[in-house]
Amino acid sequence: MEEANIMPQTALEVCRNEKCRGKGLSMGRKIYDRGLRGLVWLCAGLTCTLLVFLIGYIFYRGLPNLSLEFLTTQESLLKGTMGILPAIQNTLYVVGVTLVIALPLGVGAAVYLTEYASNRRLVTTIEFATETLSGIPSILYALVGYLAFSKTLGLGYSLLAASLTLAMMNLPTIIRTTQESLKTVPQGYREGALGLGSGKWHMIRTIVLPGSIDGIVTGCILSVGRIVGESAVLLYVGGMDGTMNNFFASLDKFAHSSGATLTVQLYVFAKERAMMDPAFAVAVVLLVLTFLINLAAKVVGKRLRQR
Amino acid sequence: MKRAQKINPLEAGMHGLFFLCGFVAVAFVLVITVYLVISGLPAIREIGPVNFLLGTTWDSKNKTNPQYGILPFILTSIYGTAGAIVVGVPIGFLTAVFLAKVAPPKVAAVIRPAVDLLAGIPSVVYGMVGMVVLLPAIRELFQLRAGDTLLAAILVLAVMILPSIISVSETALRSVPREYEEASLALGATEIETYFRVTVPAAKSGVAAAVVLGVGRAIGEAMAIMMVAGNAPNMPGLFKSVKFLTTAVASEMSYASDGTLHKMALFSIGLVLFIFIMMINVVLNAILKGEKE
Repeated sequence: MEEANIMPQTALEVCRNEKCRGKGLSMGRKIYDRGLRGLVWLCAGLTCTLLVFLIGYIFYRGLPNLSLEFLTTQESLLKGTMGILPAIQNTLYVVGVTLVIALPLGVGAAVYLTEYASNRRLVTTIEFATETLSGIPSILYALVGYLAFSKTLGLGYSLLAASLTLAMMNLPTIIRTTQESLKTVPQGYREGALGLGSGKWHMIRTIVLPGSIDGIVTGCILSVGRIVGESAVLLYVGGMDGTMNNFFASLDKFAHSSGATLTVQLYVFAKERAMMDPAFAVAVVLLVLTFLINLAAKVVGKRLRQR
Repeated sequence: MKRAQKINPLEAGMHGLFFLCGFVAVAFVLVITVYLVISGLPAIREIGPVNFLLGTTWDSKNKTNPQYGILPFILTSIYGTAGAIVVGVPIGFLTAVFLAKVAPPKVAAVIRPAVDLLAGIPSVVYGMVGMVVLLPAIRELFQLRAGDTLLAAILVLAVMILPSIISVSETALRSVPREYEEASLALGATEIETYFRVTVPAAKSGVAAAVVLGVGRAIGEAMAIMMVAGNAPNMPGLFKSVKFLTTAVASEMSYASDGTLHKMALFSIGLVLFIFIMMINVVLNAILKGEKE
């Protein structure tokens, strides 16, 4: 402790040293310093208060309404149950199908951009397209999804149409994260593999892709987060049917049925039916899911980076 | 040499396949553009571009003489976004300064994941909390008949753009070379003076990118503000019930019947929104490119 005080390491530490703080400053500079410092703390405090309030309030209103029954039954007047199992199933289904479509496309596109593409102009075009896709708001995806999949392809209000739309929407995320981790694979590995006589595809399959699995997984997790949180596309392309679909009976039938996911269910509860208690319970479920997804992204990123 | 020239069918096939994947993103953009333009133009042509863009009344329920003027929506979107930026950017930016520079590392390590959580919360959740907390508060505070106002939408949007503004500006602030700060401190500037007169100007393009990103997010948000803005097609006013470009589409999509001028007009609104977004994207790309150079 003593030594650190005697021999500060950096200019910042000197400046932060209590003894010289504010010494010999003119009045104006003192006010500037203190005023801005106060503002910075105030705004940070505001953000934190907001955060604590939001999370606290949702849990306060939602937790009392959350029960095992709520999570494992469907809404039924006959049985008098009020549950969101169909919404959970629909969410899982949409997440699964969207990833099955978007993942190969996204990883493939990233591989093309980093490993194959030699035409500079083509690369810029593809990257511009990716950036454009990531800037388009979900309500426009909902419009296009409705036109292209529900109408032109005749899928109607269905989970399959919604998944296809979401695949378009999540493509940029997967491309970007995969591309970033492809760039971290050392060039020497590629040259080594090619020098040993490997073909390009063999090299990508055995060296490059395994080396960039962290980016691919992170991209998946981020996409899952976006899909779980999405509502406009799911509402206007996926429909808002709250009844149970038989998951195992027929995937095909499931795909063509309309269904509400968790966010849509929340919207229907809160806005259309003014049932705030179940709505807040769904919000708690969504909040916990978001937290777990963020945690997973962080853990996966860190663990695979260490390797 | 000879062997290298022989084309392996598998290799060529994979090359083609990867090229197709890469081209899919471009194809998607084309599909989106073509659909929006083709479905958006007929209504504009029928109503007339001037009447459509500058008409001040939107009355789609009127059976005999429906009016499709979207100026109220355009202005509401602009005012709402500007309001969200005015409220959200200073708070977000100063929080970013706090996280990147002022905060003790342990405090920052707690707040940062919490901000990430804020970014991941679905927009309908924001809308719902706004409905339950903000609307009664605004109604009481300003003695209004209903709390569903532009003000409520602005506040919800401001909260929703906070996380992206915080994280983008924080990254920008952190990437400023340490030597700049050291030099400033060594010349006798205080810590705060250094951050605001050296670090922030050096990171200004990153902060600008954060603002533009916030604009993009705010102008594109639909579900959350649909729950708090009241959805009446009024000209914008802070205490009036209003409709944004996004919520005009979102709130009428489900009940406009196919093939009618009403539905086609909704697609035209989508086209207008798309043009707005494309302009914002171009600005954002220009800023980011400038930063890289």
